[in-house]
Amino acid sequence: MAIRERLSGNEAVAYAIKQINPDVMPAFPITPSTEIPQYVANYIANGELDTEFIHVESEHSAMSATLGASAAGARALTATSSCGMALMWEELYVAASDRLPIVLALVNRALTGPININADHSDSMGARDSGWIQIYAESNQEVYDNFLQAFPIAEDPRVHLPVMICQDGFITSHGVENILLVEDDKVKDFVGEYHPEHFLLNSKEPIAVGPYAVSNYYMETKRGQREAMKNAREVILELAARFEEMTGRHYGFFEEYAMEDAEYVIVLIGSAAGTCKAAVDRIRRTTGKKVGLCKIRVFRPFPEEELAQALKDRRAVAILDRSEMFSATGGPLGAEVRAALYSAKAQAEVVNYLYGLGGRDITVEDFERVYGRLEEIAETHQIPDMYEYIGLRSK
Amino acid sequence: MKDTIEIRWHGRGGQGAKTAALLLADVAFKTGKYVQGFPEYGPERMGAPITAYNRLSDQPITVHSNIYEPDLVAVVDDSLLETIDVTHGLGPEGAVIVNSQKSREEILPHLRGYQGRVYVIDARDISVKALGKYFPNSPMLAAVVAVSGVMDRKVFLQEMRASYQHKFAKKPEVIDGNMKALELTFEALG
Repeated sequence: MAIRERLSGNEAVAYAIKQINPDVMPAFPITPSTEIPQYVANYIANGELDTEFIHVESEHSAMSATLGASAAGARALTATSSCGMALMWEELYVAASDRLPIVLALVNRALTGPININADHSDSMGARDSGWIQIYAESNQEVYDNFLQAFPIAEDPRVHLPVMICQDGFITSHGVENILLVEDDKVKDFVGEYHPEHFLLNSKEPIAVGPYAVSNYYMETKRGQREAMKNAREVILELAARFEEMTGRHYGFFEEYAMEDAEYVIVLIGSAAGTCKAAVDRIRRTTGKKVGLCKIRVFRPFPEEELAQALKDRRAVAILDRSEMFSATGGPLGAEVRAALYSAKAQAEVVNYLYGLGGRDITVEDFERVYGRLEEIAETHQIPDMYEYIGLRSK
Repeated sequence: MKDTIEIRWHGRGGQGAKTAALLLADVAFKTGKYVQGFPEYGPERMGAPITAYNRLSDQPITVHSNIYEPDLVAVVDDSLLETIDVTHGLGPEGAVIVNSQKSREEILPHLRGYQGRVYVIDARDISVKALGKYFPNSPMLAAVVAVSGVMDRKVFLQEMRASYQHKFAKKPEVIDGNMKALELTFEALG
């Protein structure tokens, strides 16, 4: 029987870490980090966990130490948020190119400028090209469930890539919600023991990790990362299937909510999906209009074909981004979904919205207005701007 | 009754409004409810106005926005009434609970013509009588439970005793005082 609990998203991830009992966790436990390293440190201090916790002097060092531990052959992870992740930038790329199966517990918060601490995807979206697998969550339940799947995905010999488990700052990280926890022994079985094939502390097989790669080698390394990212697709789905067997909870690349007959569809990432679901329910109940939601769970690798199939025959699609990329034509999710629809020669009208930057709230009523706008667009075929804003006070 | 009861807490950083919201979520969870308890964060400073929220329901809750049309508002510090429209979005069928040493007549003019039920409780007096110190959380929590009717008072008291026993395992001397604060609040509200 699952364990019925109520936890914040930070507590849920820390609990998953306790259940997994990884070998090494370097972290810089100060703002802009999260409560996750603090809770893990408590577990260790209380003797409930024997993970080696390394207090480092910065996030740059946190990821560096995680790299070192992982290369040595340990199951290693760290946790951060916002500018903390920005300070790991260099090492994010190193982790991916060294093919180290590190897990990063990321709480998505705005990057500074102006100073802001609230929910926003600019931290991880900025790192979307770093070579990490990125998995996002709507709720505390989902971030916990995703975290349990992270190491088996990362460590699969077909993949060997680092995995970022993302959740929305404060909205889920600090919000307490009901959650169903998996029993410790089942978690242990599901995650399994880590037996790295190649590692620095193996005296029988001396290897180098992270050496200089001249032009003759660099491009092949990148190609290798891309192949691993492609392989990750099947591994992510295999793990989701195993997870569903264990818990009954279904996961894929994205969740389709009320999509069977939906004509007007919103595509987005993260906690706002729950609010959007309430809008979908209300609109369908009160007007019968065919509205639906497509919530992206896996952004890297990007499920291009599957998404295009799910969206291409709709009347109108709104793609909602919680981060700017200053192309001046939309956000990162908007650009990628549009590209997917173009490849599929889709006829659906598409509009891109920016919402929730720096923690700006988004409500059920906001989503109702977006669905209303999609109806208009489907009727008029007029989209004056490549992208629009939700909740902006003035232009 | 609505499917979901929505509660908004107003307090100042360090006073425990967030803790009260989390405690309410905790005790409602234990009675079998689906719960949310979450703070709205601004600059984290002692004394700055903060808002925290609860959603409590018999059905799963998916909404992740703040609460703009609450069923109940709890004001932990009456000095907030001067600068914050605490009853904003609160309908006349709702209720507001203000922690204050002032009289109801003194508080009413600060509520900007609010037409619904108004409860003024002196959490300081209750807390000092029960605990010897000023901790507004327990009286405010009891007031929210009493006014909202979200759970049975007896069940609430049983669950709170268990919570305090867990929370204050190393300070058992404050358990009875906190329980006393809850009971005195129930008595004060009738």
